Amino acid sequence: MSDDAPLTTAKQDDAAAQAADSLVEAKGDDLIGKTVTIDRPREELYAFWRDVGNLPLFLENVVAVEPLDDRRSRWVVKAPAGSTVEWVSAITEDRPGETIAWASEEGADVPNSGRVDFRDAPGGRGCWVTATILYDPPGGFIGKAIAKMFQREPAIQARRDLRRFKQLMETGEIATSARNRREYEEEGT
Amino acid sequence: MRALTWHGKHDVRVETVDDPEIVNPRDAIIRITSTAICGSDLHLYDGYIPTMKAGDILGHEFMGEVVETGPGSTLKKGQRVVVPFTISCGSCFHCGKHQYSACDNGLPADNQDIAQAIYGQPMAGLFGYSHMTGGYAGGQAEYVRVPFSDVGPIVVPDGVDDDKVLFLSDILPTGWMAAENAQIEPGDTVAVWGCGPVGLFAVQSAFLMGAERVIAIDHFPHRLELARRFGAETINYEESKTYEALMEMTGGIGPDACIDAVGLEAHGFFADNVWDQIKVATFMGTDRAHSIRQAILACRKGGRVSMPAVYGGFVDKFPLGAFMEKGLTLKTGQTHVQHYMPGLLNAIMEDKIDTTFLISHRLPLEQAAEGYRMFHDRQNEVTKIVLKRGMQPARDA
Ligand SMILES: NC(=O)c1ccc[n+]([C@@H]2O[C@H](COP(=O)([O-])OP(=O)(O)OC[C@H]3O[C@@H](n4cnc5c(N)ncnc54)[C@H](O)[C@@H]3O)[C@@H](O)[C@H]2O)c1
Ligand SMILES: [Zn+2]
Ligand SMILES: [Zn+2]
Repeated sequence: MSDDAPLTTAKQDDAAAQAADSLVEAKGDDLIGKTVTIDRPREELYAFWRDVGNLPLFLENVVAVEPLDDRRSRWVVKAPAGSTVEWVSAITEDRPGETIAWASEEGADVPNSGRVDFRDAPGGRGCWVTATILYDPPGGFIGKAIAKMFQREPAIQARRDLRRFKQLMETGEIATSARNRREYEEEGT
Repeated sequence: MRALTWHGKHDVRVETVDDPEIVNPRDAIIRITSTAICGSDLHLYDGYIPTMKAGDILGHEFMGEVVETGPGSTLKKGQRVVVPFTISCGSCFHCGKHQYSACDNGLPADNQDIAQAIYGQPMAGLFGYSHMTGGYAGGQAEYVRVPFSDVGPIVVPDGVDDDKVLFLSDILPTGWMAAENAQIEPGDTVAVWGCGPVGLFAVQSAFLMGAERVIAIDHFPHRLELARRFGAETINYEESKTYEALMEMTGGIGPDACIDAVGLEAHGFFADNVWDQIKVATFMGTDRAHSIRQAILACRKGGRVSMPAVYGGFVDKFPLGAFMEKGLTLKTGQTHVQHYMPGLLNAIMEDKIDTTFLISHRLPLEQAAEGYRMFHDRQNEVTKIVLKRGMQPARDA
């Protein structure tokens, strides 16, 4: 590459392979990546994300993340027809205030890996949060259905999830047009 | 509660719907006492706006009494508040710069995609104006849920009549910002296209900001008469040639500042505009952007063009050459309502700005559907309809 643009914006197809080089333990072939500016300090955002139990608050398809030990956690993720898929994920790189990278362990329903980088935004505008995710669309019947759900627009899903993270960190809540709690609950399902 | 709901073209109904509740910590519930029908509501009524759903509650100009607050709200029960039509978080970069209508966080995350696709970045949320502006229920109802209630609503003193302060919600700040964007200097002649609520408030504001003359342009005699009441000279574009008249009325120089308060269609997102852009299939512009073209052509060299009028998409035959050669400045945007409310409330309290002149009709909420019909059919004399809680129905409005 002869320019300074991130790999996730590359026109050519082998970007995923190159991005994988930057991951400690790459799992998966499809690459998505997005950056959002959040007007909060880097350390605060890192700490919130590192406390993995917080993640279902803004990752829409994630039902629960249960810490198993300091590095490993069990993920329960929504799948079609009310079912869920699960995997155990391990943190492969952890630099406080800067980077969290992870990879799913053997036997994951949807093998995936990725990293979130936290950088000071120029001009004192808070923090740039960049999520880079590699994942393998699953096979089989159930896999097809899951793929449909995740692949509909995985980049859009990532962008929406990052927006929710931004909203939560900047405003203390996630914007909703639900008019009452019943509508709010229906939205979440 | 009772609320005005949308069901399709020329089909709005007052129905009983579920009451709103506190959902997020910074919410408040407002019991509405006055709410206006806006020109832009007519575009929902005419069925021009995409992403509407049957049952959506309309209305973005409203005020009332606080009846419930979330733990993050700074409002107190019993306070009277006017609510801005824009839903802004108050804590993002743009809100920090008081660019409230450009708020990053006002729209639910999923609703941001369309704006991102069309405009490059998502904008603030709006009350009662389709799902692409957030899908928030509006205020032509007995109650409304107001998100970010610690940032948006302004508390008004007891004893001030609703009618005096209601327009702080949209059209008064919009007219004011239009005049501010015209960067008026002493001695200036300011031309205003459109004598609807926005144009009429722009006329008043321009004088307050030191304009020596204001020339107002429209074709409705009654609306021109209102402009004249505030000291404007007028051009009726059905009787006179606008460009020629402006040049003669400014000694051949042209107005120092031109304000376009007409637009494609009020608050106009146009179905085909929007969808054309999403598809990026056709660049066929609409041919209705007459007023902005005329404003650029008439404006004096080195002058300023202010465009409160809403344009949803692409515009054909935009006179970029005239704009460049004459070295004009163009300022525009959805109104940063929250920024202007405190100053304008003071101006109202000090009787510097007259707001009530605009109201031509008052109706009970129960007759809202009739109000839409009247407003739609009789624009000359129906300048503004305000819906009131608890008002007795009139037999012939
Ligand atoms: N920027 C914002 O945040 C904001 C907020 C509110 C309204 N608006 C916009 O401001 C504009 C005016 O709003 P309004 O409620 O006053 O609308 P309105 O429809 O009541 O008034 C528009 C007036 O323009 C006149 N007109 C039409 N064509 C004309 C022409 N070629 N030359 C001169 N006059 C012409 C009409 O007769 C009408 O009286 C709309 O585009 C609306 O969407 C913007
Ligand atoms: Zn309005
Ligand atoms: Zn904001």
